[in-house]
Amino acid sequence: MDIDLITNVLYAMVRTGTPLLIVALGELVCERSGVLNLGQEGMMLMGAVVGFIVTLTTGSLLLGFILAIVAGMLMSMLFAAIALGLNANQVATGLALTIFGTGLSAFIGAAYVGTPITGLEPIAIPYLSEIPLIGKMLFAQDLVVYLSFGLFGLVFWFFKSSRLGLTVKAVGENPHAANSLGLPVMRTRYLAVAFGGGMAGLAGGYLSLAYTPLWAENMTAGRGWIALALVVFATWRADRIIFGAYLFGLASILNLVVQGLGYPVSPNLLAMMPYAATVLVLVMISSNVMKSKMYTPMWLGKPFHPHT
Amino acid sequence: MKQSVKKLLTGAVLGLSLATAGIAQAADPLKIGFVYVGPVGDHGWSYQHDQGRLALEKHFGDKVETTFVESVPEGADAERVIRNLAKSGNKLIFTTSFGYMNPTLKVAKTFKKVKFEHATGYKTAKNAGNYLSKTFEGRYVAGFVAAKMTKSNKIGYIASFPIPEVIRDINTVQLALQKYNPKAELKIIWVNSWFDPGKEADAANVMIDQGVDVILQHTDSPAAMQAAERRGVYAVGQASDMSSFGPKAHLMSVVDDWAALYIRKTQEVMDGTWKPENYWGGMAEEDIKIPAFTNMPAAVATEAQQLVDDITSGKFFPFTGPIKNQAGEIKVKAGERMPLNELVGINWYVEGVQATAPE
Repeated sequence: MDIDLITNVLYAMVRTGTPLLIVALGELVCERSGVLNLGQEGMMLMGAVVGFIVTLTTGSLLLGFILAIVAGMLMSMLFAAIALGLNANQVATGLALTIFGTGLSAFIGAAYVGTPITGLEPIAIPYLSEIPLIGKMLFAQDLVVYLSFGLFGLVFWFFKSSRLGLTVKAVGENPHAANSLGLPVMRTRYLAVAFGGGMAGLAGGYLSLAYTPLWAENMTAGRGWIALALVVFATWRADRIIFGAYLFGLASILNLVVQGLGYPVSPNLLAMMPYAATVLVLVMISSNVMKSKMYTPMWLGKPFHPHT
Repeated sequence: MKQSVKKLLTGAVLGLSLATAGIAQAADPLKIGFVYVGPVGDHGWSYQHDQGRLALEKHFGDKVETTFVESVPEGADAERVIRNLAKSGNKLIFTTSFGYMNPTLKVAKTFKKVKFEHATGYKTAKNAGNYLSKTFEGRYVAGFVAAKMTKSNKIGYIASFPIPEVIRDINTVQLALQKYNPKAELKIIWVNSWFDPGKEADAANVMIDQGVDVILQHTDSPAAMQAAERRGVYAVGQASDMSSFGPKAHLMSVVDDWAALYIRKTQEVMDGTWKPENYWGGMAEEDIKIPAFTNMPAAVATEAQQLVDDITSGKFFPFTGPIKNQAGEIKVKAGERMPLNELVGINWYVEGVQATAPE
């Protein structure tokens, strides 16, 4: 492998990991507040289709991304109304949201299949992007990738140092205790779910407006599920989520690179690598049971009744 | 699964309302059912089958009434869906994916008066035929165009799964490269999916990083074409016309056109002349089409068109010997044509392919 090839692999690693990172960060905030939303795939698809249609009709990528986020949020509020408002089972509601989002996005997008648009192009930052190896990876990406760096920093800081982050954690650990302290449990959960929805919508928009600027039914191809698994294997820590997302991206790209170079490795084995490597590595670094427990939201997935 | 149930219900409701409306008409329309493996919006395999269904409706107008069920998993679910279609009065049912073969034949046994047509399989019954398209004919022309247009002598092939259809088409491209540009190397990347735009684009980008300048694909989304356009290399589209995704990158698309076949089969059922057959149509039958040659010198386009004409007329056949396997053994003697019944289940690569055949 020459240096150009490695530079390109690192660049592709970040691009491939970005949608996973964005969704997983959103779901992290949601789960830390004690709410398990399995509707990621449905929210992403709605973000993707809405973003695509808006950009196609208005010609504005910015508007496309904004409404993709809004679409994801609206979907998550539908989930919240049922799972939080009516205290329905979160797992079932989340699954229903995925099925609903998949069907609805296919329905809305039917007329737009096979229509191309000009997608979001990368912006290379002068000088910085010419740093060997890592320059292209960090400084020749598109705006959403740069934004995802910022979002990671934000979420990391949020849980590490902010008061609001502490509130979210308290609500997820023990909503009854949080409630008796006077913390707004339900409001916090609604906001956390909305943040998760917005992030899923953004990730969907990233797929249909930047990664592969087109709309096709079910184009997320299971990325929402991978992101969900990532949150668990990263034991609800933002730093491990970014590591896991890029590790998955790296393994996915290496699978293709190795095949292209013609090494005699079974393609089936290579196809398994991203999943195997990510799970293995994250399980290994999270193997300290006590420490892992500290980060697991104790009330995850359980409904909260303020008056009982 | 929920999605297909939903579509089935909509189909049933639609069918009911149409049936009520049909009382006033003189003759009842012929009811035809379709089962798709993917969503009709994949812009690939299932999309093209649905285009065939729409062409059928347009051709026969109110003499036919069609229902489709999309995203049906291969296996036990398929049998239930096919059975339901047969029960609800469909007289001709097209099942359009390999894995529907056994379920189709099972249902065919119970519904003797219903005619079944299964795509890409090999079994038949008294009331069940099968059909397939010779994508390799189009793929050979793609190999020729790639051989002529490459400057780096590196051609990429994004492959889905190592089944006979894909192996056959990789072979046909290699045969074309050997003949028209022996220096060209074919790089194969398996993405283990028929449809994952993100992964298809990744594979295209990785190939371009490695010096590939013409990309062929055996997957269904236009993402690879789009990646080629962005990076300034050439690409060939698959299943449907993908020229709009690569105004500068698109060389040609190998399009599956099922309209002629679906119209013919329907007419045969109407006339009572339908018979089960092992049908394998290509350019001559207008099942495989190359709508246009773009972004290439006129001389290359003319020669490519000549190739199409020769394949159509039967003057040329891509699998004409001498053909050797990877071990260098002669599999087809010089001047002989490989028989279709051997091509159907081909599981070995021709000499020069840098890949290991599945066991």
